Amino acid sequence: MSSLAEPSLRPTGSVRRRKRVNRAMEGLATLASALAVAVLGIVIVSVFLKGLPALGWDFFTKNQALFGEAGGGIANALAGSLVLVALATAMALPVGVLVAIYATEFASPRVARVVRLALDVLNGVPSIVIGIFVYALLVVSHRQNAFFGSCALAIIMLPLVSRSTQEVLVLVPQSLREASQALGVSKWRTVLRVVLPTTMGGILTGTTLAVARAAGETAPILFTSSIFLNQVIWDPRHPVDSIPFTIYFYSESPDPNLHRQAWAAAFVLIMFVLVTSLAARYLLHRSRRKLTGGARPRRPSFLRAFAFLRGG
Amino acid sequence: MEASSARQEPALRPLKSRRRPLDRIGDAGLHGLTALAAAGAVALIVAITYKVFDGAWPAIRHFGISFLWHEVWDPNRDVFGGLNFIYGTALTSFVAVLVGGPLAIAIALYLTELAPRGVRGVVGSLVDMLAAVPSVVIGLWGILVLGPFVQNDLEPLLGSVLGWTPFFRGAHHTGGLLPAMIVLTIMVVPITSAVCRELFLTVPPELKEGAVGLGLTRWEMIRGVVIPYTRGGIVAAVLLGLGRALGEAIAVTQVIGNANAHHISFFEFGDTLASRIANQYQGALTHLTVSSLVYLAAILLVVSLVVNVSAQWIVSRFDVMKAGAR
Repeated sequence: MSSLAEPSLRPTGSVRRRKRVNRAMEGLATLASALAVAVLGIVIVSVFLKGLPALGWDFFTKNQALFGEAGGGIANALAGSLVLVALATAMALPVGVLVAIYATEFASPRVARVVRLALDVLNGVPSIVIGIFVYALLVVSHRQNAFFGSCALAIIMLPLVSRSTQEVLVLVPQSLREASQALGVSKWRTVLRVVLPTTMGGILTGTTLAVARAAGETAPILFTSSIFLNQVIWDPRHPVDSIPFTIYFYSESPDPNLHRQAWAAAFVLIMFVLVTSLAARYLLHRSRRKLTGGARPRRPSFLRAFAFLRGG
Repeated sequence: MEASSARQEPALRPLKSRRRPLDRIGDAGLHGLTALAAAGAVALIVAITYKVFDGAWPAIRHFGISFLWHEVWDPNRDVFGGLNFIYGTALTSFVAVLVGGPLAIAIALYLTELAPRGVRGVVGSLVDMLAAVPSVVIGLWGILVLGPFVQNDLEPLLGSVLGWTPFFRGAHHTGGLLPAMIVLTIMVVPITSAVCRELFLTVPPELKEGAVGLGLTRWEMIRGVVIPYTRGGIVAAVLLGLGRALGEAIAVTQVIGNANAHHISFFEFGDTLASRIANQYQGALTHLTVSSLVYLAAILLVVSLVVNVSAQWIVSRFDVMKAGAR
């Protein structure tokens, strides 16, 4: 009888200890998340508080002040960033989509794996090394100019565009391709007229993310487009200023006036990056839901982490 | 009538000849074009590696492998060595991962296991947004906000509590290794936690429910089921974070103080491979100086390739393992 004694449901000391440990660990995890959110909050609030007062019409329409002058704006940096990122997108978008089509539609699984690995490795190359690469390849024998700068940015954007396009291409139902081929449509027409239009949302997402990344990159610009004139230049054959470089350059100076300008430029940049990133997340969510019907993909998606891998 | 029309219908010709020439060209053309682009992407990696080593070659020939353990960096005498930068990169990245890794795992656990559904999406997006903040903005914040805080509050505090260790001694500065480590930690956390979050979501709910059904607390379930199930992936996530920390140039160069020295104390100035390259962009004049900078880039490239490829390898093995388990 005694061996069949009913187990007590009252918590013993051991259970109480286990619960305490559990609660402590849960508290630590919550604290860690709160810390990360707090850091984001502090950074954004600093940028807002210090950047907003320096903003104004002049800030967007005037060129940078010459040395020692007060005031001035970032018109030339805005124009330069626009030139750099637009050219880089024009290069990275078509190539990235073509690589993605090859990997998902034409290549054998083994070759596709090699292509994917190459893109992932390319994404892991530090952006300063890409800057050095373009410098050694092009700038040394010519001169700095905006085109070389956008080449460096395009190398950074390529894996992002391509991998996110692939992620959506593999979600396109095989039945769509089969239906198209059963109707006697050739492969290239199937790809261009059936598969690609279905994935427009995904391609747009990847491009938006890549644009957000490229707009904030400083390291590749340093060696390729950092010696420029103090005027708005649209011609990519000349070196241009850019917003990240302006922030970097001003932040290194001891002049509080330039610090104010740097904060304001940071405000503009951060607003642009956050708005485009949020738009990209929304687009990704929508295109994913459209293709999968709301079901969670079985394999883990590393795209989100992938998007922010490189430093610089 | 019907029968005769059926008889007049031409017999089906073989499919091949019915393919229009345009389609044949189109198929081959698109295949070829996309293959070319893919080959280009693969070639880009090779080209980057080749060109960086090619640019570094004069310095490699001049200083040889001993560049790695010589610490003089003197453009006036054309003598260069990378030891201090290698030390700075290794120390700051190591500390960033040591602090940021557990933090990131804890955040991922909170977001997958603890947070209420409504909070999950919001906090998850916010952590992702932290990764989207350009590094030059983090660096600006690092100089002008974090720097004074570190000098006036954090370093005195650390000095008084942990001053008995060799790491927290000396004068307090706005820049230096400590702010660089903090900045890198801020950059490591979002990536690592994003990957960990995806990993934790792959743990089959049956296993977790089984553990809870046996009477385990949530923490015991995490330690006994979630972490062992995703162990390889967590290592890869931390490696990806490490890769990010190693390559960060701009934000580090803004805060680290750019001194060619190696100190044990975190309060002192230093420099990393990436930040030295970034802050010499205007100053590099002689042929050998440029080549030595490219040598630093070559070291950085090799290290980050090794780290990233091993992370990718672990992730792909993890995928295969999971696919086999299903």
